[in-house]
Amino acid sequence: MDTMAAIKQTFFQECEEQLAELETGLLAIESEEHDTDTINAVFRAVHSIKGGAGAFGLEELVRFAHTFETTLDLVRSGQIQPDAGLLKLMLRSSDILADLVRFSRDGGEMDESRVSQIHEELTRAAQPGGTPAASAAPAAAPSFTPPAAFDAGSDDDDFVPITINFDDILGGGEPAVEEQVFVVSFRPKPELYAKANDAIKLLREIRALGDADVACDISEVPLLTELDPEGAYLSWTIRLGSDVTEAQVREVFEFVEFDCDVSVTAEPKVDPNFEFVPAPVAETREPVPALADDGPLIPESVLAKIAQVNAEPAKASPAAAANQAQPAQQAQTTIRVDLDRVDRLIDLVGELVINQSMLSQRVTEAGIARLSEVAVGLDDLEQLTREIQDSVMAIRAQPVRPIFQRMSRVVREVADMVGKSVRLVTEGENCEVDKTVIERLADPLTHMIRNAVDHGLEKPEDRIKAGKPEQGVVRMTAAHRSGRVIIEVSDDGAGINRARVKEIAIKRGVIEPGVPLSDSEIDDLIFAPGFSTASTVSDVSGRGVGMDVVKRSIQALGGRISISSKPGQGTTFTLSLPLTLAVLDGMVVTVAGQTLVVPLTAIVETLQPKGPEVHGLGERAKVIAIRGSFIPLIDVGYKLGYRYEEADPLNSVAIMVESENRAQSALMVDGIIGQQQVVIKSLETNYGQVFGVAAATILGDGRVAVILDVDAIVAGNRS
Amino acid sequence: MTKTVLTVDDSRTIREMLRAALTEAGMNVLQAEDGVHGLEVLDGAMPDVIVTDINMPRMDGFGFIEAVRGSTKHRAIPILVLTTESVDDKKDRARRLGATGWIVKPFDPAKLVNAINRVAA
Repeated sequence: MDTMAAIKQTFFQECEEQLAELETGLLAIESEEHDTDTINAVFRAVHSIKGGAGAFGLEELVRFAHTFETTLDLVRSGQIQPDAGLLKLMLRSSDILADLVRFSRDGGEMDESRVSQIHEELTRAAQPGGTPAASAAPAAAPSFTPPAAFDAGSDDDDFVPITINFDDILGGGEPAVEEQVFVVSFRPKPELYAKANDAIKLLREIRALGDADVACDISEVPLLTELDPEGAYLSWTIRLGSDVTEAQVREVFEFVEFDCDVSVTAEPKVDPNFEFVPAPVAETREPVPALADDGPLIPESVLAKIAQVNAEPAKASPAAAANQAQPAQQAQTTIRVDLDRVDRLIDLVGELVINQSMLSQRVTEAGIARLSEVAVGLDDLEQLTREIQDSVMAIRAQPVRPIFQRMSRVVREVADMVGKSVRLVTEGENCEVDKTVIERLADPLTHMIRNAVDHGLEKPEDRIKAGKPEQGVVRMTAAHRSGRVIIEVSDDGAGINRARVKEIAIKRGVIEPGVPLSDSEIDDLIFAPGFSTASTVSDVSGRGVGMDVVKRSIQALGGRISISSKPGQGTTFTLSLPLTLAVLDGMVVTVAGQTLVVPLTAIVETLQPKGPEVHGLGERAKVIAIRGSFIPLIDVGYKLGYRYEEADPLNSVAIMVESENRAQSALMVDGIIGQQQVVIKSLETNYGQVFGVAAATILGDGRVAVILDVDAIVAGNRS
Repeated sequence: MTKTVLTVDDSRTIREMLRAALTEAGMNVLQAEDGVHGLEVLDGAMPDVIVTDINMPRMDGFGFIEAVRGSTKHRAIPILVLTTESVDDKKDRARRLGATGWIVKPFDPAKLVNAINRVAA
């Protein structure tokens, strides 16, 4: 990848961060928990995006960001107040900005009309005294000159791109004007040196322009005892014979024009027919040979004094430096690491954990006393290993903030679509979860939020009738609880309409009429496949996914989802997720002499089949009757090819699992060893996909155990 | 002699662009993401030139210039400000505080390198 492409990638990464910052800031302003820093941060975010976008010639993005920035600047300077209407506009603008960034990165068609509509509204809002509705005439779109490939704007309130012909400044290019003589008189003030400019550099620059005769006036240099080391006593007169323009000569003094007296005068053109006298001043001036070899322009003694003065206070500087360094330590110190490296480390630590537990087991088997030094040392090692494991896992952990932020946009969009006024309240954004878990949470959460706004909250008129505030609240919280992350999505709507849920469930054949169901069982019905309580298929729902899909994706992450609802008060969905995907809570079982691990999240219950409960079905299939329903019995050993004859169910243990479509099955295993947290080792990288096997792990005794892919086994039984 | 340039900008993109341009020109590049960080970097370094943005969190370019000029150890380092020509009051303020010069945006690599060579010792 070439450098520019790499920088562009950095730009897009940075954009994502800026967009998150922008949205957080706007939401804070909306909730009135802001200060000037917040507004500044919001401004800076848009400003930064614009700056980078300009550098890559992303015109559309620059144009929109510029207008957005202009409006934000007026808010920043207090010229317009961020009222509710303006904030809504700015939030929508941040959505558009996000879209523009993404389209710039991934390609695709942007909805032009939406962009230009918001663009226009922003422009209007930025007009003096302008409110979104005040002026019908949209301001002329800011004209924008496409920047060169490496242009970058990054600062300042006003963004007027300018085209500079650099050749003019450098004196290259343009073939020019005839040669003429300039007389430059240059008298630096002390400020010039204080700003780290240097007369000698300027003189060199002048000399680079042509044929220069330089005369230094040292008449004002005082006696050493009276000399101020930071004073300026020298001045110069330069006769420059060159073909550059006067402006080009003045350009040399661009940085210092206010810190020196400088004059540039062009001598009247000399008729070429006359003899040119090169330097009439040469006879009267003091020769300054030092300049010719770039030697010091300031006497050595002066320099020595300056050095001394500079050196003395420098001794006192460590304290000052420490003061400066202190706030810096609060700086977020981060490094970017390739994810592969982190995963490799996690993998190795997994090995370490396994190795350590094998060692412990061997030591126990060898009959070494528990209080012996070896055993005690091993205990320490175990503790250390756990700590290393936790720390390494923490590297992959990321706060849920970005995904929570994304949800506020979902809420806005859905609320707009269905005509409801909704406020999203989030808590625990700093709660950390494994990166992959976070990534895979986006879809299910989006769906839950959509549901909460679309189905959970009542229409504004119904809310008012029910004595509730017109604005509905959707609350999203994250918290750590006993080694898992609990994410709750709740609304303050009407709650589950149980009568209606039951009615639909019967109509759709999900349940039989007349089956007595508890409230929570009715609530659970919404996780049934194909279930949707929306009486009309709105824009929002009706996308073919229901809560069953949400449940599946949560389970695939090793998580669980549950619902609780109170009529008139709202509904709460609770997700319980593992902190990491690298370890798994499993039930260790034996089948035909093999040790297997069944993921705990899939297991509903375990039981010992009794004679009368087991029934044959057809030639081979067996079912087990549990609480009035028949559940297929699956012999795991037979399915996986560990044995050629199916085992006797009565000598087996049945593990009830719930898989896709809420279908329950009973997996037959020979015995249960216990529950254990295991480190997941992928088989697919080294071996390939094996039917019925999700992954493998190494147990404490060093044996490899495969982790069952429950869904695959159940599905394989059906086909 | 290889020049070392400290670039201070809160935008990673701009920092990387500065780095690309300066490295291309054979210069060493130090980076800081705002004024506070810039001072921290200066604690252990003596760059030949500093290039700084103005609008940054924690400590902006103005504060940074002031702090550098107030430091006995670093006050002689030339400081170039990344600025837009149209906004003279910012340029003025930066200059009053002790900026050596400015780089007018949008900038291109050649111009940047030239400006640095112009002020560097």
